[in-house]
Amino acid sequence: MTGPRRRRRQPQHQPPPPEPPFPPPPAEPTEGPPAAGALASGDGTPGEGGPADGRPGNPERLYTIAGAADGARAELDLVTLIVARSAAPPSASPEGAAVLRLCGAPLSVAELSAYLSLPFSAMTVLITELITAELVQARAPIVRRALPDRSLLEAVMHGLQRL
Amino acid sequence: MDFNGSDTLPGPRTEDHLPHTAQAAVKIVIVGGFGVGKTTMVGSVSEIRPLTTEETMTQAGVGVDDDYGSETKTATTVAMDFGRIGITDQLVLYLFGTPGQERFWFLWNGLFEGALGAVVLVDTRRLEVSFDVMGRLEERGVPFIVAVNSFPDGPRYPLDDLRTALDLTADIPIVECDVRRRASSKEVLMTLMGFLHSLAVSGALT
Repeated sequence: MTGPRRRRRQPQHQPPPPEPPFPPPPAEPTEGPPAAGALASGDGTPGEGGPADGRPGNPERLYTIAGAADGARAELDLVTLIVARSAAPPSASPEGAAVLRLCGAPLSVAELSAYLSLPFSAMTVLITELITAELVQARAPIVRRALPDRSLLEAVMHGLQRL
Repeated sequence: MDFNGSDTLPGPRTEDHLPHTAQAAVKIVIVGGFGVGKTTMVGSVSEIRPLTTEETMTQAGVGVDDDYGSETKTATTVAMDFGRIGITDQLVLYLFGTPGQERFWFLWNGLFEGALGAVVLVDTRRLEVSFDVMGRLEERGVPFIVAVNSFPDGPRYPLDDLRTALDLTADIPIVECDVRRRASSKEVLMTLMGFLHSLAVSGALT
């Protein structure tokens, strides 16, 4: 066959560290410019949208719901499962009450984002508030680097087999 | 949106509720160029109606986190479709269909690092669209397989030729599929899981 051909690449030396287990330590006050800038700057890993792409400045996540003033958030994955711990108190925001209503059964952050039509980053701000208020519990995902053995993979295979 | 009208609040159907025993989730990422069939594949195997999660970003500089709605910024929304498969009462699998563009990866930092593995969906009419994403997976050490979605008007190549063109090592599975069919999409996922299992057995994942 003709046409363009690819050349494989090698793993880079320093893979990003695995995400810390949930829950993270309490938010600490940040220094310098808060919030969006600090969050969006990432860990500086090459290929993360840095200056290499030739465009000045990285895209910034957009806050749509006011969270902690310092921008601190819980380490929430798209597939962190959220479960309500109690009914919504009268003081809950409409968005917070909606999350609590949806999370009577476990639901991923991605699903909450989809059902409530809120961007993922806004969803994490909202959920962080609910975790801080002890209104919801978060169940961290199993990430690849933390695989203890083959049993998880085998369980997934058996689950798929039944589809 | 209006969160106050309880009659109209969206949410999962009753039959889509996860059991309370669900303790953890894992994810698989399906990545490929526009129109290659990512969403179709997610939809064909998902047990729930595929959903869309979005991220909104701006192109403004640092330090502007509180002027949402300002006309001086350009807001861009990036969407990602996903589906779900219950594995056991404790374990849930999520499938994310992810565009291949670099800026998207930046936005969803952590998506690939935490994934069990990835399926790179390719279209033989536009093979080169998938080159960059494969390289990025290799750089990050994310295990992946290649699935060739068969389009009626797409050229058909022997898989060995595709392997050469894609510069894939001999151990990386490359399969043909029709992602509109659940059985075919399931086979792709099983191929990925088998590959991951072989890596685990050989110790390459530890």
